[in-house]
Amino acid sequence: MVKDLLVILIASSLVNNVVLSQFLGLCPFLGVSKKTETATGMGVAVIFVITLASAVAGAIYKYILVPLNITYLQTIVFILVIAALVQFVEMFLKKFIPSLYQSLGVYLPLITTNCAVLGVALTNVQKNYGIGTGIVNGFATAVGFTISIVILAGIREKMTYNDIPESFRGMPIVLVTAGLMAIAFCGFSGLL
Amino acid sequence: MNSAKERLINGIVKENPTFVLMLGMCPTLAVTTSAINGLGMGLTTMVVLALSNVFISLLRNIIPDKVRIPAFIVIIASFVTVVELLLQGFLPFLYDALGIYIPLIVVNCIILGRAEAYAYKNPIIPSLFDGIGMGLGFSAALTCIGAVRELLGAGELFGIHVMPDSFVPVSIFIMAPGAFFVLALLTAIQNKVKIAGEKKGKDMSKIQSGCNSDCMNCSDSGCAHRLYDEKADAKTTKETVIERENAKMTTTDKTVKEDEKNG
Repeated sequence: MVKDLLVILIASSLVNNVVLSQFLGLCPFLGVSKKTETATGMGVAVIFVITLASAVAGAIYKYILVPLNITYLQTIVFILVIAALVQFVEMFLKKFIPSLYQSLGVYLPLITTNCAVLGVALTNVQKNYGIGTGIVNGFATAVGFTISIVILAGIREKMTYNDIPESFRGMPIVLVTAGLMAIAFCGFSGLL
Repeated sequence: MNSAKERLINGIVKENPTFVLMLGMCPTLAVTTSAINGLGMGLTTMVVLALSNVFISLLRNIIPDKVRIPAFIVIIASFVTVVELLLQGFLPFLYDALGIYIPLIVVNCIILGRAEAYAYKNPIIPSLFDGIGMGLGFSAALTCIGAVRELLGAGELFGIHVMPDSFVPVSIFIMAPGAFFVLALLTAIQNKVKIAGEKKGKDMSKIQSGCNSDCMNCSDSGCAHRLYDEKADAKTTKETVIERENAKMTTTDKTVKEDEKNG
């Protein structure tokens, strides 16, 4: 059991990295990776939301959708649940843990439409993960996202001093960097 | 049907969602391992886009302004579910190839973007053709990227072997890194065109500026309207949104009061 979870942990965070091999959550990956600080903030917020969302979505799937035999509504239900959950988390943090809200608050609304959140919820269902396994998978996926976004931000900070050809400034060079990172992450595929 | 034709051309050429607006990057990179997959994804998105545009346009006078985004999402998600079930039933090979990216059409920003920017404000027929035009533009772009990757990565085009036998496939192009490289080259070419145009003094602001002010869903981080890059920026965005909403509230309050005055 523990071994299975460990395999999922490594597979989802490194081998099948959510951004670099599945292309989910690309928008914040490219958008919020200018500074390591903001990238870390975004990463932590994503870990928080995805872990929570996979728990809630898993529970709703198991205890509401399956008994009522309406699993085909999963896409609609999941997207609404995620949107509502993010709103709720934001309000909860604002009221009860203001210090955490200070650091995560600005990222939370951005995560609602992050496809990684919906992607993880759907993958959990597709692979028949239970709620516990689903939470581990969600957490691992989000950790993978955080690792890659922080690395990219670090590289981009260094890159501001480089002399980049005119046409490659901005988005193209970031995409090339992401591609090189993806090659590096391909190396993990031998792990399992 | 002049406006219909204009909407189609607009979607395919002038405001091509992938090359000009840089929207919907996740499926663009993920499913373009071959031309046929790109085409399949593009057409699936087109069907959802056209249907949701028509439906939102039909309901545009009924949906209250404040809850429009959740309403759009529910409509889009419903159509995505319908299309997903149809694909599963009738085109199982495409369903298997696209996998999890079919339900993820829900969060494709092109659809929500068009709903917000066009369908919510325009009548049904132009909205339908706007959806079809944008969908065709998206399909064309995905097919192009898919074709390049398939040609270099496997030496094939639409599954048919076209390259000479001496060609050794560069398999990195059909793997994940290749997607980033192809897109990087395409955007670099676009930049080049833009810079060359600006030097000639042409107005190139149209390129990469089809902003629907939905920065949350926008992948164009070189955008001047970028609102969620820095922490401080994000805060100001939020504040401005709140301010805007307050302003809206006060205006509605005013109108209500005026209505009351007028009896």
